[in-house]
Amino acid sequence: MKNKESSDFNNLTPLQIVQIARQIQRPTTLDYINCIFTDFVELHGDRNFGDDPALVAGLAKLDGCSVAVMGHQKGKSTKENLARNFGMANPEGYRKALRIMRIAERNHKPIISLIDTPGAYCGIGAEERGQAEAIAKNLREMTELTIPFVTVITGEGGSGGALGIGMGNRVLMLEYSIYSVISPEGCASILFRDAKRANDAALAMKITAPDLLKLGVIDEIIKEPPGGAHNDVQQSASNIKSAIIKHLGPLLSLSQRELIADRYNKFRKMGFFSE
Amino acid sequence: MISSTLSIHAWFKRKQKEKETPYVRERLDIPGNLWVKCYKCGQAIFNKELEDNLKVCPKCGYHFKLSANERIKQLTDNGSFKEIDPNIQSKDFLNFTDSKPYGKRIIETVAKSLLKDAIVCGTAKIGGQGAALGIMDFSFMGGSMGSVVGEKIARLIELAIEKKLPVIIFAASGGARMQEGIMSLMQMAKTSAALGRLRENGLPYIAICTDPTTGGTSASFAMLGDINLAEPGALICFAGPRVIEQTIRQKLPPGFQRSEYLLQHGMLDIVCERKQLKETLTKILGWFNEK
Repeated sequence: MKNKESSDFNNLTPLQIVQIARQIQRPTTLDYINCIFTDFVELHGDRNFGDDPALVAGLAKLDGCSVAVMGHQKGKSTKENLARNFGMANPEGYRKALRIMRIAERNHKPIISLIDTPGAYCGIGAEERGQAEAIAKNLREMTELTIPFVTVITGEGGSGGALGIGMGNRVLMLEYSIYSVISPEGCASILFRDAKRANDAALAMKITAPDLLKLGVIDEIIKEPPGGAHNDVQQSASNIKSAIIKHLGPLLSLSQRELIADRYNKFRKMGFFSE
Repeated sequence: MISSTLSIHAWFKRKQKEKETPYVRERLDIPGNLWVKCYKCGQAIFNKELEDNLKVCPKCGYHFKLSANERIKQLTDNGSFKEIDPNIQSKDFLNFTDSKPYGKRIIETVAKSLLKDAIVCGTAKIGGQGAALGIMDFSFMGGSMGSVVGEKIARLIELAIEKKLPVIIFAASGGARMQEGIMSLMQMAKTSAALGRLRENGLPYIAICTDPTTGGTSASFAMLGDINLAEPGALICFAGPRVIEQTIRQKLPPGFQRSEYLLQHGMLDIVCERKQLKETLTKILGWFNEK
């Protein structure tokens, strides 16, 4: 039985991986923060409009060292998901994240961001308060940070909503997570004019960890326990922790200038074209 | 709504005129006939009259979409535009096929539009002052941003840093180019990173949103201007109105996500009519250029 299960797991279609990444039992950002970090102090609010429960951020210690940590927060039940807006952040979430990134930078502490969102929230309030501007500003400011920055995609990496806190010097990705410019359903309904063709869209867009590694968008795939991260949260957290520490190490010895150049070059070279 | 000075007659007629045309019905390809029907007020306009009026409806002030070349002609000093990187072209690196293969779609679009991709970049003079200028063209696959648009913008900004020029970019885009998958998302990071560098070098950036500026474009370079301008009535948003309506299942308020609405909500500095655009840019550049 176990053998069958593991061989089935080796042959997952991209859409099946999407389903694992979205599973309601999948560990959330706060689950990981509790397992990976100590002395977590959650901070709230963007100092402009409000606090966003869909994106949590704060101070923590990683192996005894001070870091800033942030990530999208989904719920484990419908009620909790309503309170967390299904992990879809509003502009104030992105502005809170930036505020805390700046605190980390002023105090020379590394930043760890955990990505798990269907996307940035699409609503009237979000538009009124400048969702586009909030994300755009984060993208620009993240490239200027003078401290080491590691991003881990733990579930759904939903487009601009994911990238809005996801421009680390290193971007790591759990085995059964996804990272995409649009949801497979969205892509199917726009390009194939049929949302039911999500399977084709998921396949065509190359959204799984091995594909993204090949494209150079991520730096490493983090193994998940058999059957997926939710089967053993501790194990999964410990894999993430070692990967973060492994990638943070070399970054700690870089100068501020080198860190900025490292991040600039990483994103500058992305893209394929002919000339 | 478009013009700030309405006559009394116009005011009474306003109700029927202001019926919003849905965004999907707008097309750039104006038939090459003598007469053109305005997408907003529905009136027939003599084509020559429309051209003379910078492609703004003389009756209702609706701003028709401009091609990159028309924009260059309208805006830059005669013969001053020098294009850079004219030959970068998209590549189908994912073997992406929707209703047709992306590779074939590129070839067909290039042949039809006589453009290589959705942006034209170069240096130019505007009112006698130098600038690095990027102009998106909606007619090329809906102005979508893929690797080429991202790369050309990054190179434009790097050139501006080298030559100490201000950067002006006209956005006209439906968002990310889905046929390039995650790489289209990465162009948001790339262009924003380049703008960060421009700012560190103390050079100004003026972003101009034209109809439409949405999704991955608005959530990156189009909203990052030291000064953000927009043409009247342009759709500027993160998520399109149809997506929001489907998400919240409510009708959206009139004028939602149009330039004037963004001005009210503090996202833009100026909503500038096309006939005033050159003069406004000249003044702004003049302010920055004073030594």
